[in-house]
Amino acid sequence: MSNIILEAKQINKAFHDPVTVQVLSDITFSVDKGEFVSVIGKSGCGKSTLLYILSTMDTDYQGELYIDDELMTGRSDVELARIRNEKIGFVFQFHYLLNEFSVLQNVMLPGLKLGKYSEQEVEHRALERLKMLGIEHLAQKTAYRISGGEKQRVAIARALINDPHIIMGDEPTGNLDVKNSDMVFDIFKELAEVHNQTLLIVTHDQSFAQNSGRIIEMEDGRII
Amino acid sequence: MNSKLIFSIAKSLLLARWRQTLVAAVGVTFSIAMFITLLGFMNGLNDLLDGLILNRTPHVRLYNEIKPSENQPVNAAAAYKHSYNFIRSVKAGVTRQEIYNSGPIMQAVKNDPRVFGAAPKLTIQVFYTEGTIDITGVINGVDVEEEMRLFNFQDYVTAGDAIDVQQVANSIILGKGLAEILVADIGDVVQVTTAQGERFPLKVVGYFQSGVQEIDKVQSYASIATTQKLLGKPKSYITDIQIKLHNLEEAPAVAAAYAQLFQVDAEDIQTANAQFETGSNVRSLISYAVGITLLIVAGFGIFNILNMMIYEKMDSIAILKATGFSGSDVNRIFLVIALSIGFFGGIVGLLFGFLFSVVIDNIPFNTAALPTIKTYPVNYSPVFYFIGGFFSLITTYFAGFFPARKASRIDPVEIIRGK
Repeated sequence: MSNIILEAKQINKAFHDPVTVQVLSDITFSVDKGEFVSVIGKSGCGKSTLLYILSTMDTDYQGELYIDDELMTGRSDVELARIRNEKIGFVFQFHYLLNEFSVLQNVMLPGLKLGKYSEQEVEHRALERLKMLGIEHLAQKTAYRISGGEKQRVAIARALINDPHIIMGDEPTGNLDVKNSDMVFDIFKELAEVHNQTLLIVTHDQSFAQNSGRIIEMEDGRII
Repeated sequence: MNSKLIFSIAKSLLLARWRQTLVAAVGVTFSIAMFITLLGFMNGLNDLLDGLILNRTPHVRLYNEIKPSENQPVNAAAAYKHSYNFIRSVKAGVTRQEIYNSGPIMQAVKNDPRVFGAAPKLTIQVFYTEGTIDITGVINGVDVEEEMRLFNFQDYVTAGDAIDVQQVANSIILGKGLAEILVADIGDVVQVTTAQGERFPLKVVGYFQSGVQEIDKVQSYASIATTQKLLGKPKSYITDIQIKLHNLEEAPAVAAAYAQLFQVDAEDIQTANAQFETGSNVRSLISYAVGITLLIVAGFGIFNILNMMIYEKMDSIAILKATGFSGSDVNRIFLVIALSIGFFGGIVGLLFGFLFSVVIDNIPFNTAALPTIKTYPVNYSPVFYFIGGFFSLITTYFAGFFPARKASRIDPVEIIRGK
């Protein structure tokens, strides 16, 4: 069995409105299981665009994308949603918790959606992950009543709930102070080293990238 | 599992903005309540007005009409069978107004399973003599017990006891208007002259008030026996058989069948009173139109609120999609939101509609024309409640349809990048 979790082949993307701009050209690379990869580059170099294509949310591109040896290109909205649910965990720059729900419910939602475990089991797993990240005392709080660093940790717990093949982050530390950034980084590091979790993080934080396992640097829509 | 999750997400979104939800639901509640009240009241009035005539009208009436014979002798003659015969100045001949073989016909009609009951009737033209003036009028000879059972006769006898006219010999129940003209109190005797010139004294035992002034000024009721005596006819002599059916809709068919079977004229209620049906239909139509307009307005309210909610919840929708909810899941969440507003708003609306109906039903409403009515009439037919509930769901579904579709098409990438 191949060790490759995510593979991009010849990915091209252009924006056509108002004028055609080539954002990504011939991106080809792969991520192995257990790798901690960070993607860096200047603003506008296309690193976020690449991440959204890799995450299957953006389907408007040329080329081929494989996750877990399965071709993602050309699949339907429903299938892609299921794959995102099962195989990909997300951590965004702006936390993006659902404010209507408690912390615990936020973490549980993707697990309930997957429907692989019963509600009690999902709750148990969610509490486990909150505990691992040291925030189980927040479980019953409403999502908007906790601090930014805590929110980001809740988001990580949510990303982990379905044991995804890969966790993708779009500037997960971009909106946090140094202390919280370090904490989030340490969590990622621990996930990669202790739990053998594959991570693909887009960042422009050089020190963050330096400490990760592998750096992919981008410039003007190409990997250099 | 999935639908349970969708319901719980919809519930959380609804409760998070409970004030907006409440406003939307109150819109539905108000329109459904008004819809129910309006229809209940309108149809109550319809029933009342129809009842004025229809309750007292037989569903099928058998009688012999005075008219020229359709089969003139020349048409029967073999020699002229194949000619086209022009006959001028055809007149009605001596036709018997009496229903021939009335006894067996009554028996046969009463044995018909479609028939609820049948009552004989005998109508004669008379003059009421008051001093030197004669007032024309009609006396209906009726079988009082049957008349009470089938046509609620007792409801319209406002003074005296209806049954007295059967029990007291040579008695009469006068129309209210007629009694006033004749200045006849109960217990008085009025003089009646028949078309044949016979004069009879009859004792007044009650007043009759139909609610239709014109009728009350000419009509009176007596027992069949008294009427036959006035005419000097035997006991089998009757001019009408009034039939009430179990199902009003069958009247035309039954009338046609009886006309054929008994060789008499038969008139069904639909033909006799077509204008009442038209009036009620138009009134119902208006109330439905108003009710549905109210609901559509409420629908626009829900549409607006859902649209606003979607703009507010862009982030949440994006994150739901990013974590594995598909467009159709999001679509369903918002449809569930819309439908639950419709469902709960509708239920409360039905309840309020019922309460308003009860209130209207208890407002006193006394009118001289309608002796049996004490309060405003209301119809509590479950059909209105069913239609109201159904429409509250339909309108909220359509109000939610477009916002939900919009939500399902939100591109999470745009939202997440846009910050």
